[in-house]
Amino acid sequence: MKSPSRTILIGGTLSAALTAPVVAAAAPATMDVTITIPQLKVAEYHRPYVAIWVEKAGTPPKTVAVWYDDDMQKNEGTKWLRDVRQWWRASGRTMKFPANGISGATRAPGAQKISFSRAQLGATAAGEYTLVIEAAREVGGRELLRIPFSWPAKAGAGGRAAGKTELGAVTIAFR
Amino acid sequence: MKKQFWGFAATVALAAMIAVPASAHRQWMMPSATVLSGDDVWVTVDAAVSNDLFYFEHQPLRLDAVKAWAPDGTEVTIENKSTGRYRSTFDVHLTQKGTYRIASVADMLLGSYDLNGKTERLPRGTTAANLAERVPAGATNVKTAEANNRNEIFVTVGEPTTTLFKPVGKGIELVPVTHPNDLIAGEAATFQFLLDGKPAADLPVTVIPGGIRYRDQLGEQHLQTGADGKVSVTWPEAGMYWLNVITPQPEGMTEGAPPPIAKRASYVTTLEVLAP
Repeated sequence: MKSPSRTILIGGTLSAALTAPVVAAAAPATMDVTITIPQLKVAEYHRPYVAIWVEKAGTPPKTVAVWYDDDMQKNEGTKWLRDVRQWWRASGRTMKFPANGISGATRAPGAQKISFSRAQLGATAAGEYTLVIEAAREVGGRELLRIPFSWPAKAGAGGRAAGKTELGAVTIAFR
Repeated sequence: MKKQFWGFAATVALAAMIAVPASAHRQWMMPSATVLSGDDVWVTVDAAVSNDLFYFEHQPLRLDAVKAWAPDGTEVTIENKSTGRYRSTFDVHLTQKGTYRIASVADMLLGSYDLNGKTERLPRGTTAANLAERVPAGATNVKTAEANNRNEIFVTVGEPTTTLFKPVGKGIELVPVTHPNDLIAGEAATFQFLLDGKPAADLPVTVIPGGIRYRDQLGEQHLQTGADGKVSVTWPEAGMYWLNVITPQPEGMTEGAPPPIAKRASYVTTLEVLAP
């Protein structure tokens, strides 16, 4: 699940470097996202389901990552995908799971890093975009954060948002 | 408030007399979920007739007429049927992606006939099929009118579909402008209602949020369909809502009076409104 997406990342960077070396040096091709999943003192803890998607006015939302219980028998973990309810409505309900290169296992509390190429983000057109991060936890709550970004992006920090309950700080940066 | 209540009670009493199955009070079906994901999906439905929504405290809804249809139009089995003192319950295995319909539709005849100098009512459960055997020999002046009652719910696995919304052209039917499984608190939803297949103008639409037992005000919305049969509903908060459409009742009826022999139709659905 993880290695194919890495291959795509490297491939993307390489081809950009080969075909347009001048542009590649100046314009970032990758977004690094750090999502802090809070440590919660609760009697029954389950790692949250997390969906990350990109919105742009006038185009369908594009899911870029889903962390869910992807290793259950008979794919039973998909039963709770709809609890990530805004994402489910915006994009999830049209998808099939597991989604190659997009879905993966839930992640533990702490700072979780994930990177996306411009193509993965669906940000091929210049313009304003929003990265949306939604977390829903079994027997717990739900929280959603939005971070606007634009493309072409500038190298360095690109934005941040902080959750109060199911998500901690979320930052994006470009390189 | 009180006046409305008695008006409603009178309607209910009449409905009981004309033998709409499980007719009195408010009838409803309550699915365990309406928006579903997953590969092996089931829905459990409670069905009852009650005063307060959605509490089973009066009568179970009879399951004889309950049927379910998959998104591709094929009929699917109602499983694990059970009828208890206050409610019925059943399961539907949702093996396809898309929107399912679960409905209890009653097509009846109400009416009267004269026999030996007295006017008698047609008994409960009279239909076009059994009318001949329900009317005794020697009866004269037989009057009948159609009564169609549709109680239905929708549940969706994955993306909502509209393949099941082709009207049959009988009674009151819902045509989605907004899909009934895509409702969000604070967003307006529009539905079109048809009566016998044609846009139903000026029909009264009542919308009541569930949870009545724990509040003082009913919180109902009294709406009306436009000339095109459409009505717009705004949901003040997330939750389950009961929606009822009924053909207008004749003026001046009193509780306990025999219903006029006039064509009538009613529609009930339970709608789930999700939080934004």
